[in-house]
Amino acid sequence: MTNKRVFIKGILNKATWNTSDNEVTPEAVFKSRRQIIKTLGLGAVGASLSTNVNAGLIDLFGDSKPAEKFTIKPLDFSENQAFKISEQLTPETKVTSHNNFYEFGTSKSNPIENAQGLKVEPWTLTIDGEVDHPITLNYDDLYKIVALEERTYRLRCVEAWSMVIPWVGFSLADLIKKAAPNSKARYVAFETLYDPEQMPGQRNRFVGGGINYPYVEGLTLAEAMNDLSFLAVGLYGKTLPPQNGAPIRLVVPWKYGFKSIKSVVKIRLTDKKPPTSWNLLASHEYGFYANVNPNVDHPRWSQASERRIGAGGLFSAKRIPTLPFNGYGEQVANLYKGLDLRKNF
Amino acid sequence: MKVNRKHLPWVKAVFHLFALAPIIYLFLLVFADQAGGDPVQFIIHYTGIGALNTLLLTLLISPAAKKFKMSWLMQTRRLVGLYVFAYATLHVASYFSFDLLFEWSLLGEEVIKRPYILVGAVAYLILFALSVTSFKKVMAKMGHNWQKLHNWVYFAVILISIHFYWSVKSEIIEPSIYIFIGLLLVGLRFKKLTSKKAR
Repeated sequence: MTNKRVFIKGILNKATWNTSDNEVTPEAVFKSRRQIIKTLGLGAVGASLSTNVNAGLIDLFGDSKPAEKFTIKPLDFSENQAFKISEQLTPETKVTSHNNFYEFGTSKSNPIENAQGLKVEPWTLTIDGEVDHPITLNYDDLYKIVALEERTYRLRCVEAWSMVIPWVGFSLADLIKKAAPNSKARYVAFETLYDPEQMPGQRNRFVGGGINYPYVEGLTLAEAMNDLSFLAVGLYGKTLPPQNGAPIRLVVPWKYGFKSIKSVVKIRLTDKKPPTSWNLLASHEYGFYANVNPNVDHPRWSQASERRIGAGGLFSAKRIPTLPFNGYGEQVANLYKGLDLRKNF
Repeated sequence: MKVNRKHLPWVKAVFHLFALAPIIYLFLLVFADQAGGDPVQFIIHYTGIGALNTLLLTLLISPAAKKFKMSWLMQTRRLVGLYVFAYATLHVASYFSFDLLFEWSLLGEEVIKRPYILVGAVAYLILFALSVTSFKKVMAKMGHNWQKLHNWVYFAVILISIHFYWSVKSEIIEPSIYIFIGLLLVGLRFKKLTSKKAR
């Protein structure tokens, strides 16, 4: 959302309501100018200057300190043929550069720009609540507690765009079974890392889109135990980049993307329906279930069709009809027998 | 600053440059693949906010000209106003082409079903009416009706601010600031708009 103020730059910056230049041009855009200059070949001009001058020039474009680089590593996994689909994959670069992760900013390009410094080692993920065997996973455990497999899922965002992504991870049910839920367990609550020092959106409401952090999500136990519910630790054969929810995230492909909570630190089994972030923010727009449903519109986006983000450029996108449960009805429709999905959206 | 007739073309040229630069910048971003993994939402948003910013600027011209006694500024108002329409047209066109992929039926459905799009569409029609009547010949022909019609710009700025406010998922701070500024600029004309002369 911050990109919009680009236009003000240079025109309105003397108006009384504007504070300062650097607030007017978002840092991200500011930085990307450097990239443009590079792309246009103007970088050569900079390179030909002496080192000192060059440093000054780079300073001018906003990244005097070396860019932090998040390391992703290849993973060992097997392909799960049962979850392979024939649809064309969304290119990896688009999967990793078009993200909703408000902890790092509300525009789609903010997460890739602001999340690269995220520390995921050490990491602790706890599974507790109504279980007989609470579990604490450390970073290394995430990749070996259950044998990793690759599954290709469609991801449908409530904003009516969609992708096809090859995830690497393991079935959520396998992990929950290890914790041995007791007879009181009916729901599963999830929580994202809360670390305002690392996550600018948690420090500043303006950056974080007014969400109350930490981000929380939830499923019924039956949904969580469904074969489709997946904990991803990687995509495209490698560990997750931070903008996609490193080191571990949920993927529930028959629900809108916001249910698939990122960078999970807590999984808690409960007897009561847990709160969920978007539902808390606007309950008339986002229900607890958030099942993909072409017949129930969001106030701002028709859910009847979606724009598939595929391999091509701007003009090659496709609009395709949205399927109930994002096409996974066969596997999950039985979970909602007797439930009015118009009311329980 | 004293600007006379001779300087005005230069002033206007500078205004053109300032108005065009963000559009050129957008083209560069998109073609350098710097507008994100999916540039569609980026472009729609960028051009939309560009239209709103330019509109606020247009509304600032006459109070600024009065306050700082720079009557030449008034000569630039039509130019800036037409850029509002240009940005709004890019906004609507990118929404219809890149997001809806030219599906007319979907466009019709969305305008009817989504209040925020309806509000935006009404605002766009107002901007369209103002633009086609912005030529001196039309102005002369319309007489005092011209002012009546062009007072609708105040309605448009409110509609567009609401359109922005409604279009975002959760971030209300920035759209609220825009609504506030919009109301402030309309408020400056409150006397003029409520006096008998204006009607």
